[in-house]
Amino acid sequence: MFIINNKKIFIYISLVLVVFSLATLFIFPPKIGIDFKGGALTEVLYKNVRPSQIDLETSLKTTELGSVLLQPTGELGYIVKTRDLTEIEHNSLLKTLSLDGKNPLEEKSFNSIGPSVGRELTRKAIMAIILVSLGIICFIAFAFRKVSKPVSSWKYGFMAVVSLLHDVTIPIGIFAILSHYYGAEVDTLFVVAILTILGLSVSDTIVIFDRIRENLRNQAAIAKVNFNEIVGKSLEQSYVRSICTSLTVILVLLSLVFFGPVSTKYFALMLTVGMFFGTYSSIFLASPLLVWINELQQKNKK
Amino acid sequence: MWKKRILALIILLLGTGIVFFVFKSEPRLNKNFEKTNSFFKHSPFRLGLDLSGGSHLVYKADVSGVPSGQVSESMSALRDVIERRVNLFGVSEPVVQVQEGGFASGNDEKLIVDLPGITDVEKATAMIGQTPLLEFKTEAPKGTPQNVKVGPDGKVNLDINSQFVSSELTGRYLKKATLEFDQNTREPKVSLQFDDTGTKLFAEITKNNVGKMVAIYLDGAPISSPVVREEIPNGQAVISGSFTPVEAKQLVGRLNSGALPVPITLLSRQTIGASLGDNAINAGVKAAIAGFLLIALFLVLWYRLPGFVAVISLCIYIAIILSLFKLLPVTLTAAGIAGFIISLGIAVDANILIFERVKEELRSGRTVADSVSSGFSRAWFSIRDSNISSIITAIILFWFGTSLIKGFALTLGMGVLVSMFSAIIISKIFLAGISFFGEGKVTRFLFSSGLSK
Repeated sequence: MFIINNKKIFIYISLVLVVFSLATLFIFPPKIGIDFKGGALTEVLYKNVRPSQIDLETSLKTTELGSVLLQPTGELGYIVKTRDLTEIEHNSLLKTLSLDGKNPLEEKSFNSIGPSVGRELTRKAIMAIILVSLGIICFIAFAFRKVSKPVSSWKYGFMAVVSLLHDVTIPIGIFAILSHYYGAEVDTLFVVAILTILGLSVSDTIVIFDRIRENLRNQAAIAKVNFNEIVGKSLEQSYVRSICTSLTVILVLLSLVFFGPVSTKYFALMLTVGMFFGTYSSIFLASPLLVWINELQQKNKK
Repeated sequence: MWKKRILALIILLLGTGIVFFVFKSEPRLNKNFEKTNSFFKHSPFRLGLDLSGGSHLVYKADVSGVPSGQVSESMSALRDVIERRVNLFGVSEPVVQVQEGGFASGNDEKLIVDLPGITDVEKATAMIGQTPLLEFKTEAPKGTPQNVKVGPDGKVNLDINSQFVSSELTGRYLKKATLEFDQNTREPKVSLQFDDTGTKLFAEITKNNVGKMVAIYLDGAPISSPVVREEIPNGQAVISGSFTPVEAKQLVGRLNSGALPVPITLLSRQTIGASLGDNAINAGVKAAIAGFLLIALFLVLWYRLPGFVAVISLCIYIAIILSLFKLLPVTLTAAGIAGFIISLGIAVDANILIFERVKEELRSGRTVADSVSSGFSRAWFSIRDSNISSIITAIILFWFGTSLIKGFALTLGMGVLVSMFSAIIISKIFLAGISFFGEGKVTRFLFSSGLSK
């Protein structure tokens, strides 16, 4: 009952977290990766000695590749970012990097993406996010169709989505900081992370809503049911399992962050943050919101 | 009672069998891999390009000239042609896929070419790019606006491309090309033989255009535009441009290995070195093992005996999923491995929901056996509902995905589905199988969880 009695405080805490995340997003706009804006990324590893960055930059200026960004990686490698390259341009880049073959290198990876692919991906990403949200609202409304009293089942879905927005905004804010300080870029995996957070954190919310549904059904016989009390009781009964189910996912995510492949590190980190706040919001945000909207409804009736 | 125990034993044996299969069919784990049965040999994990190294090419196909009903047909013809070319290149297990245009992926028809082990993209793209594009065009009807350019020297040039319109006849209807020499002039020429559909189309075109020009375009440029004298019903055409013998011979070779039905342009390409992939695999395996151990530790410490049962079902879950990866097969990418690892965490969720329910029933004063059975049935609704939302997400991700992301959606979605089976049915059978317990304090302790005594 503690959470329900102090619901406004928790709603405000979440609000502050969201505003803070949005602020970081504006202060440190995250870097957009080549998946979305097009461009080429070349990773090379020198066999013996890595030439200095300044030397390479000056010799790259003589080529017609536009602006070239060099980023040292490991002890002998560089990541080279350019606009998207044709095969000929790609070869001339490699030639320049290897100082016309005098400094042998191995190309570890090369990725060139045309700008039209990025536009398409952006559209698809936005559509996917909208579809996932709609799918979840409809599903929850359907699953809770039998408990439309005292709060209509659509509102369960809507509240679940509000807390989902909260769960997604905070990892994005943290990603913006990661992007600013560690150079993480918005790529396809970033979008996948957001979509996965949507799917996973809603299942936590459902566990608690399911409890509310069951308690409402059981007590429908008793005439005067206090909605607040039922929600509070349901929370108390189910918060342990909600935390435990998330904990197991967070445990595997952390092992992905610390031991997993480099390419999925930021992805796993975002998911970890998302799962954490997903659990937080299903306990401290979704249910308080449900009670709050019920109270508003009651007031309007009077 | 005995029935339940035997059932549990059977499941355990089956599980062990699946584990055996996974080990036996993996060259890294099986030292005698060379000597094993061919069934095992043919089921290694299929690794995506980001793990095995190789090239990933995305082409856009320009289908604007194709009648709308025949787009998918000409795309599959395109795929066959490219596949043949790639096979000529000697790539092991190339994947050539059509990505249809439309609502999901924009309006472009795309062709995706995965070349495992090929890191020299230049060679690969050159190889694919060499595929000829052969088109037949007829004279544009009179009155069609003509593009006229005034050259820098004041001469008026008629743009030849505006004089012709595309016909349905393209290189996809080509059966065979042969090199011939003109009997009089000794000039080399290329003779074409169409297949049945091509023969009909060519007959129609020649019939309707007697006295007019029919232009033959190669790779978008006209190479010859003969005047049709009469209908040609036998499906034979001759290109007599001004070839050198060597050029003509090359053209014949290119045409015979397949002509492109529609023009394609390279949209994006990606090459991954093999060493990067190896590192990613090792890291993925490490993360999976660490994740499994953490979950197992948590389950046993928090849920005690049922927790231990959940760990066993989790092992069987892992064995089932890994063998499905091998048998279906599922192409594993770094994102796919991440999906699998996350599914480990989700797989035990159902168990946790059940065990929490059991604990609750125990507190309300029921016997251990009663609590277990009603715990399973009562937790079902929340398990079903919370998993459906994950499945919705997996489906949309799969639809959204580029090939690398599809791996993630697939492993995650499969994980959720299989785990519902393993967590509910398998752990129920096991718990029933070991229900030799009475109602003593020890049993109640073993079935409780968390910090309670």
